[in-house]
Amino acid sequence: MTLQTPGRESTGAAARLVYRKPDVLIDRSTHYCPGCGHGIVHRLLAEVLTELDLPAHTIAVAPVGCAVFAYDYLDVDFVEAPHGRAPAVATGIRRVRPEAFVFTYQGDGDLAAIGTAEIVHAAARGERITAIFVNNGIYGMTGGQMAPTTLLGQKTTSSPTGRDAALMGFPIRITEMLAQLPGVAYAARGTIADVSGIGKLKAMIKRACQVQISGGGFAIVEALSNCPVGWGMTPQESLEHLKGPVVEAYPLGVMVDRGAAGSAGPAAVGSAGRTDATRPSEA
Amino acid sequence: MTSDRDADSFQPLTDAEAEANRRARVLMKGNEAIAEAAIQAGCDAYFGYPITPQAELLEWMARRMLELGRVFVQAESELGAINMALGAAATGARVLVSSSSPGISLMAEGMSYMAASGTPMVLVNIMRAGPGLGGIGPSQSDYFQATKGHGHGDYHVPVLAPASIGEAMELMATAFELAERYRTPTMLVADGILGQAMEPVELRFRTPERQVFDWALTGASGRPARIVNSIDLQPELLEKRNLALQAKYRDIARHEVRWEGWQLDDAEFAIVAYGTAARVARSAIARAREKGIKVGLFRPITLWPFPERELARLSRHLHGILTVELSSGQMVEDVRLAVEGRCPVAFHGRMGGMVPTPDEVLGALKALRAKVARTLAAESLDDTDGRGAHAPGHGHNGRAIDVSGRTGAQRGGPR
Repeated sequence: MTLQTPGRESTGAAARLVYRKPDVLIDRSTHYCPGCGHGIVHRLLAEVLTELDLPAHTIAVAPVGCAVFAYDYLDVDFVEAPHGRAPAVATGIRRVRPEAFVFTYQGDGDLAAIGTAEIVHAAARGERITAIFVNNGIYGMTGGQMAPTTLLGQKTTSSPTGRDAALMGFPIRITEMLAQLPGVAYAARGTIADVSGIGKLKAMIKRACQVQISGGGFAIVEALSNCPVGWGMTPQESLEHLKGPVVEAYPLGVMVDRGAAGSAGPAAVGSAGRTDATRPSEA
Repeated sequence: MTSDRDADSFQPLTDAEAEANRRARVLMKGNEAIAEAAIQAGCDAYFGYPITPQAELLEWMARRMLELGRVFVQAESELGAINMALGAAATGARVLVSSSSPGISLMAEGMSYMAASGTPMVLVNIMRAGPGLGGIGPSQSDYFQATKGHGHGDYHVPVLAPASIGEAMELMATAFELAERYRTPTMLVADGILGQAMEPVELRFRTPERQVFDWALTGASGRPARIVNSIDLQPELLEKRNLALQAKYRDIARHEVRWEGWQLDDAEFAIVAYGTAARVARSAIARAREKGIKVGLFRPITLWPFPERELARLSRHLHGILTVELSSGQMVEDVRLAVEGRCPVAFHGRMGGMVPTPDEVLGALKALRAKVARTLAAESLDDTDGRGAHAPGHGHNGRAIDVSGRTGAQRGGPR
């Protein structure tokens, strides 16, 4: 497949095209609540897929959670995974389709609670997949229950007096945990909280996709997002909250970028007969 | 296909035939033979997790799949393995997963998703004794799990139950065919003895033809995007999906029932058993025949769909049925449903990894025969051998019953 990065589209002389909806982003209103950040992450992903010429090669994995219908908005081949299992499903796809571009789209309940084994071991194996991890600190779809990522003190429908560390433990910084693993080629955390954050988040998503294309190992981008309804806030309040205590608890930035060279995991899998020791090292 | 039958019709072989026969057979362990049969059937990818007594299957795949340039992944758990299978199978690959009972329980979720989304793959369960962690001895106590749904929701999967290692090899190819023909996960169940034992087998393999799948995820290049999913939040749509599934299951039940009969032509009694229990039953039947008891074997090969029509037909000619299982009595429920009271159905089983002996089975058969004789005597029937009163088409009270076995006469009143 041809995966060069095209430059910005050249524009006609008469009118300068400032923004164009990527074709891969399906033109329909979403089922997400007003003010929800999923739409922004979908758009960024659609832009990156288009810029990297990936849609025709993509096989994506939809999670269980608010983004369960991601395939209604992104016009690529999709398989639905059981709750938390998206990295295992993506592993199966990757191994039999070495030429495909494979990504998972998961929330924090999905990835950081029920799916911890699957995400940790996909990362440990260095599976050449990209995980888009949308962390809004709550189970949105089921009505706003506490997630492993819920902040201390935060009130949810299952922590009505606020998350108490003595009873409910501490928030998990799972992307930092994953970044420790040699199979992880790229791990970063961004946010949709403001325009500059969105720009940086897009760059992270793009890098996480490029790492896969160039034969690197596992890549993950955590997008700190909001849930105005679940948090009991207006959209504007939720963005302020995101920029404040949420970002304070989950620091932004690139945790690791081993690029293609740093990953320990299998490259073009289905590449049987090759072990990690014998697989060609990435240029 | 049975050695006893072959012995009956024994013909001396020429030296050349004997030599060819000797050469064609190799000694193989069940787990390894099943694994190799899957490979020869064109298995593209294997996902598994170690568990006794199926570990040799995983180990065989670990070596052979890599030799052949195919996919092998030892997953982090059975959950991981079954979901890797979901992903690979959704792209149209021919996928095998294997495990044993406790691991199969963990795979229930994935099986339900695959049944709902029409994702073909083959799952082998080398059954061990439960419940809980149980033990590692042979068992057939996962019959309910395999045939009654396994995971959540209204679904079935075809379940194949070989009684020998050679048959298991043949049924591996059948399992892939069924999976792909009907877009369904398919199970092959064998107890720990079939997994662990070694038998001489012919290296005869079959590779099912490759289908072109118009649903497989390959990247939406030059065609609209495809979705493999199972969610329908609108009840109307979800009912439609369920109706389609049930139509598929009726289709499978019509066309894919498999069973084997042995010495049934003159039988007054039948033993219903599958897998290793059927092998024990064969020995018991040989001994019973020596004692003049006319008994044959009815061996389901598909546990779902269960050969209910065939067993129902047979039961009209029988005095009684003995079901033998390595369980507390699971398949016997399907036997009773099929027989619908046309003749008594007794059960003999062992649990916990214990296997009934042929003499135990013979004892149970004699007990059934004695009970039938007592019943007939108590009904004051003058026919001393009971045959007259229990002729085909008659209930135990001697009155005619209809085909379904439900009559006003038996219930003592008009319907």
